[in-house]
Amino acid sequence: MVVLDINALWRRRSKIRGGVHPEPRKESTADKPIVTDFPLPERLYLPLQQHLGQPAEPVVRAGDKVLKGQLLAASRGAVSASVHASTSGTVAGIEEYPAPHPSGLPTPTIVLEPDGEDRWIEGAGEADPFSLTPEELCARVDQAGIVGLGGAAFPSAMKLNLGWRTRINTLIINGGECEPYLTCDDRLMRERAAEIVEGVRIMLHGLQCPTALIAIEDNKPEAYAAMLDAAKKHGRIEVVQVPSLYPMGWEKNLVTHLTGKEVPAGGRPTDVGVLLHNVATAYAVQRAVRYGRPLISRVVTVSGEAVEAPRNVEAPLGTLLSELLAFCGHKPERTARYVMGGPMMGDHLPHVQVPLVKRTSGILALTPEEIQAADARPCIRCGRCVSACPVGLLPLEMMTRIRAGQLDAAVSFGLRDCISCSSCSYVCPSRIPLVHYFKYASGELMARQQAQQKTEQTNRLAEEKRRRLERAKQAAAARKAQASAKEDAS
Amino acid sequence: MSKVYLPVAPLTGADHPVQAIMAQVVLALVPATAFGLFLFGWPALYLFLTTVLSAVLFEAVCLKLAGKPASLFLLDGSALLTGWLLALSLPPWAPWWIGVTGAGLAIIVGKQIYGGIGQNLFNPAMLARVALLVSFPLEMTTWAQPAPLFSGQAPGLLQALGITFGGAGIDGFASATVIGHAKTELSQGKTLVEAFANGQFGLAGAWLGWIPGSLGETSALLVAVGGVWLLRKRIITWHIPVSLLATVAALATVFHLIDGDRYLGPLWHLGAGGVMLAAFFIATDYVTSPGSPKGQLIFGAGCGLLIFVIRTWGGFPEGVGFAVLLMNALTPVIDYYVRPRIYGRDYKGKPLKLPEGKE
Repeated sequence: MVVLDINALWRRRSKIRGGVHPEPRKESTADKPIVTDFPLPERLYLPLQQHLGQPAEPVVRAGDKVLKGQLLAASRGAVSASVHASTSGTVAGIEEYPAPHPSGLPTPTIVLEPDGEDRWIEGAGEADPFSLTPEELCARVDQAGIVGLGGAAFPSAMKLNLGWRTRINTLIINGGECEPYLTCDDRLMRERAAEIVEGVRIMLHGLQCPTALIAIEDNKPEAYAAMLDAAKKHGRIEVVQVPSLYPMGWEKNLVTHLTGKEVPAGGRPTDVGVLLHNVATAYAVQRAVRYGRPLISRVVTVSGEAVEAPRNVEAPLGTLLSELLAFCGHKPERTARYVMGGPMMGDHLPHVQVPLVKRTSGILALTPEEIQAADARPCIRCGRCVSACPVGLLPLEMMTRIRAGQLDAAVSFGLRDCISCSSCSYVCPSRIPLVHYFKYASGELMARQQAQQKTEQTNRLAEEKRRRLERAKQAAAARKAQASAKEDAS
Repeated sequence: MSKVYLPVAPLTGADHPVQAIMAQVVLALVPATAFGLFLFGWPALYLFLTTVLSAVLFEAVCLKLAGKPASLFLLDGSALLTGWLLALSLPPWAPWWIGVTGAGLAIIVGKQIYGGIGQNLFNPAMLARVALLVSFPLEMTTWAQPAPLFSGQAPGLLQALGITFGGAGIDGFASATVIGHAKTELSQGKTLVEAFANGQFGLAGAWLGWIPGSLGETSALLVAVGGVWLLRKRIITWHIPVSLLATVAALATVFHLIDGDRYLGPLWHLGAGGVMLAAFFIATDYVTSPGSPKGQLIFGAGCGLLIFVIRTWGGFPEGVGFAVLLMNALTPVIDYYVRPRIYGRDYKGKPLKLPEGKE
């Protein structure tokens, strides 16, 4: 228990830098139970890529009958995640369908027509998950297609399996949910605390890690109480309240706040012996290992002023966001903007005829009053962005450099350390879309890098060709010389 | 300006428009301004209005010439604030053309030729004040005695018109400022005790403001009240005011202890002249001060040091304007070299080392 005491000591000491206090706007959904009887849609759209890494490889064909939970597309390569049928029915086809992405570009998608029976496939549950070896646990999580449900969508099995097992001494479960509007994790913790705690224990077992800290922002007292109650029997799991501050849920903020350790630039929390998972991921792991249920549904916050009855809905993956919105009383005529995720880091969606995917924590229909669109004005160098930046960057200086086209100077000011949390843009009195500048510059840098690589490759190929021709020429000359020598000799 | 909104995060915004910031700064200046106008009467009011109106007018003309939307930029209130601050730093009974020239210098030379709001290197009000002081030393150092409105010695409405617009002399009312007086007397070989022996200047008067001086700078207390309110409203941060005032106070204390006959004490330094206004309203100008908290501490301390040095050993009795301008010039350098530590990196920007036992 000495470890815990040291942690507690640090916790009081390490202060979070920067951060902002956006209006929470969580009250409209926080106190309503999760809706679990969302009617099955007529069609489900399951993109092959709902995660970071390689898209999954389809293992079914159009016309195939599938059961609920059946594998539709298998993970491919080291970083990938499988896709399963959200309900029983017929595969209508594998086609291009708009992705839930700001571009709205189509992506390969399995279209599933439910048969209405919602019949489960035989699943391999495990009454005692702790009898499994860590390797077996990882395999089950991998087979269930679980990805980080906090928004990053990184395949979870990888995070349990990267040879980190011996190096992780603290598992942090992120229940921060610092984004405004979103309450899906809050509700999950209130209603399914025992399942989450079991999921955390399974993760600890899989990682062979001694302790877990479940971090919950202090604006969620009910969730904290529920989790505290569920975890009290388990000494290795501590439930901790953290200040309500955006971006408290940034993984490195939690690491530093809870353990006092700072993750070196360019590194990951695992470098300092800490691994983070989201609460919803812990829940999904419990479902997968205990009951053999793959990840085929999730709780999503449907909110915004343009929604009459905002609430959290547990819906099958592949449901169109438009249907979720309609279910909650969406008023399209009042909607100025659709957002997937939270308003700070979420994605703007051009339309909502796109499916619910694993990483969709929220779908917001915002009114013009909520988004407060305004013209950007000149920077008055007030420095609010500097105070707000949790990383310690000078956003105003970076912005000026990027405007002048000096990307390298922007990098020297820390462009690569930007986490795109939008705190700077949020506090800017001149309404300058600072993060947009940073995203643009990062993209531009990547494009430059690619162009340079391409040039280098072209040069290398050209050089090789030249050498090859040279060699051929020399060989021809040698042959000729040999031939003439022979001729001379004869 | 583009009317197309690119949908970028964050998708909601905090309510901090530029106008609101300017309005709160102006509001914080109201107590000191009201007191100054009361203390120096109608001529002060005429000069104040002339200065502020010309500043706004120059801004409008410049925006028109630059082809910028005048309504959008005029409404941000920055020209009003610049004119206001300049007026507060002028001798209250100075002639109207001082106000107009100063406003022109501040807005045109100090701000718009750099490209307008946010682009200028120097604080426009201080640039104008210093330019006026150098160009018109007589007018800029002729101080009026306090003559409160409706009191016997105060000039009436019409007499005041003559003072501000008619070129009437103010001989009968002229006086020196505390710091100016001390400087003159010291240069004549007197000690400070002798200089203040006649009781013309009291320390309480300096803090409350019942002394000759610039229009809005005399009451250190009222200026500080507005400044503290700005701090509470989080319009400004503590770094510049605290480092500036602490530096002045520390230097004054040290030198006063070394030789009390030659060096004014810290209470005089803080209470007299433009130090308070500079600490809370001038040096804290967003545009011309560093962006990082550490840079702001250096900036404030630099201002304080220069103020003390110029006041004590320089050719001018008051050093605030020069000090702020000199530090303004250093701001880009400070911003370049003094940066916050980035998460996961050391102060030089190198990634932190992994803890021992980790590769």
